[in-house]
Amino acid sequence: MIALFGLVAGVLLGMATQTDVPAFLVPYLPIAVVAALDALAGAARALLDGLFDDRVFVVSFLSNVLVAALLVFLGDQLGVGSQLSTAVLVVLGIRIFSNAAAIRRKLFRA
Amino acid sequence: MSQDRPPGAPADRAPPPAGRDRPVRPAEGTAAWRRLGRAVRPRWSKAQLTAGLLCLVLGFGAATQVKQVSKADFSKLRQDELVEVLDQLDAQAGRLEAENLALERERDRLESDQTSQQAAAEAARQRAQVQGILAGTIAAQGPGIALTVYDPEGKLTAAAAYLLVDELRNAGAEAISLGPVRIVASTYFEDCQRTGCVMVGGQALEPPYEWLAIGDPNTLETALGIPGGVLAAVRTQGGSSTVTAKGRVTIDAVGSLAAPRYATALE
Repeated sequence: MIALFGLVAGVLLGMATQTDVPAFLVPYLPIAVVAALDALAGAARALLDGLFDDRVFVVSFLSNVLVAALLVFLGDQLGVGSQLSTAVLVVLGIRIFSNAAAIRRKLFRA
Repeated sequence: MSQDRPPGAPADRAPPPAGRDRPVRPAEGTAAWRRLGRAVRPRWSKAQLTAGLLCLVLGFGAATQVKQVSKADFSKLRQDELVEVLDQLDAQAGRLEAENLALERERDRLESDQTSQQAAAEAARQRAQVQGILAGTIAAQGPGIALTVYDPEGKLTAAAAYLLVDELRNAGAEAISLGPVRIVASTYFEDCQRTGCVMVGGQALEPPYEWLAIGDPNTLETALGIPGGVLAAVRTQGGSSTVTAKGRVTIDAVGSLAAPRYATALE
């Protein structure tokens, strides 16, 4: 519940404040957001499995974001930035879908 | 992060198998709902607070990114994307430049066409004026003389009128009218059946004969008045005349032209 509140509060805060993304973060922010969404989906699945652990959630959240950003950074350095970003987004998208499917099976048995 | 374990699951416990082929026990669904309900209930546990904090960060980042994207400027594009955009703009600018050049050339061509057409129209108009005056189809004005010939005895003949026209033409008259008739190349003079009348171009005119001629007034006046000239001949036939040089004579009488039936231009 508090997580939900936090999500809503974060969105409202982001909408309300006129935050300019620093230039060096601009390529990484979208990937980081998707990676965090992946972590969130994984946490939701673990919660329904009764396996949720806040320490694991924090670590996976941060590591997801960092690894995703690192991959994009590496891709930019190698000159394949846009392709690697696409690759990371595809993988994260697949993971989010599979986690969503697992959650759906748990809740609706379908 | 490991691929086979959902993030958030503890590392020391194996995740439950979640294959599609695994039969789902009815109890598991209700257990999941129970866990969901328990998690949704607000409790100030450390786990809930941590999750809330991370979700706050996630929401903030997502909202910021959405706003960044909706700004839709070039600052978020990569270098190669910017180069591509620049190339496209360059090519587009080149195309537009060429089109502009072609259109300008077209405009110049049309403008010069219009100028030459205007010049041609002006020349044609002037030519039409000159020929209209010479052919007697349009009214004319200019310096000239007014000549009135009185013939109280009715003795003047068509020959006298013809001689008068001849004399005026010799003196350089450019446009001549006698009463309401414009004297042109095809005008003819006839004697009437009765006296005191001259047929001019098929129209019977009676004295006094009002002549108008456009040309150099002095030359015309002198030519008419020379001893033994045409006016002297008029006097010997019992007529009299007055000549007035005028700075401005207006000849309103116009004749009409018939298109030639037999003659055509020799190209």
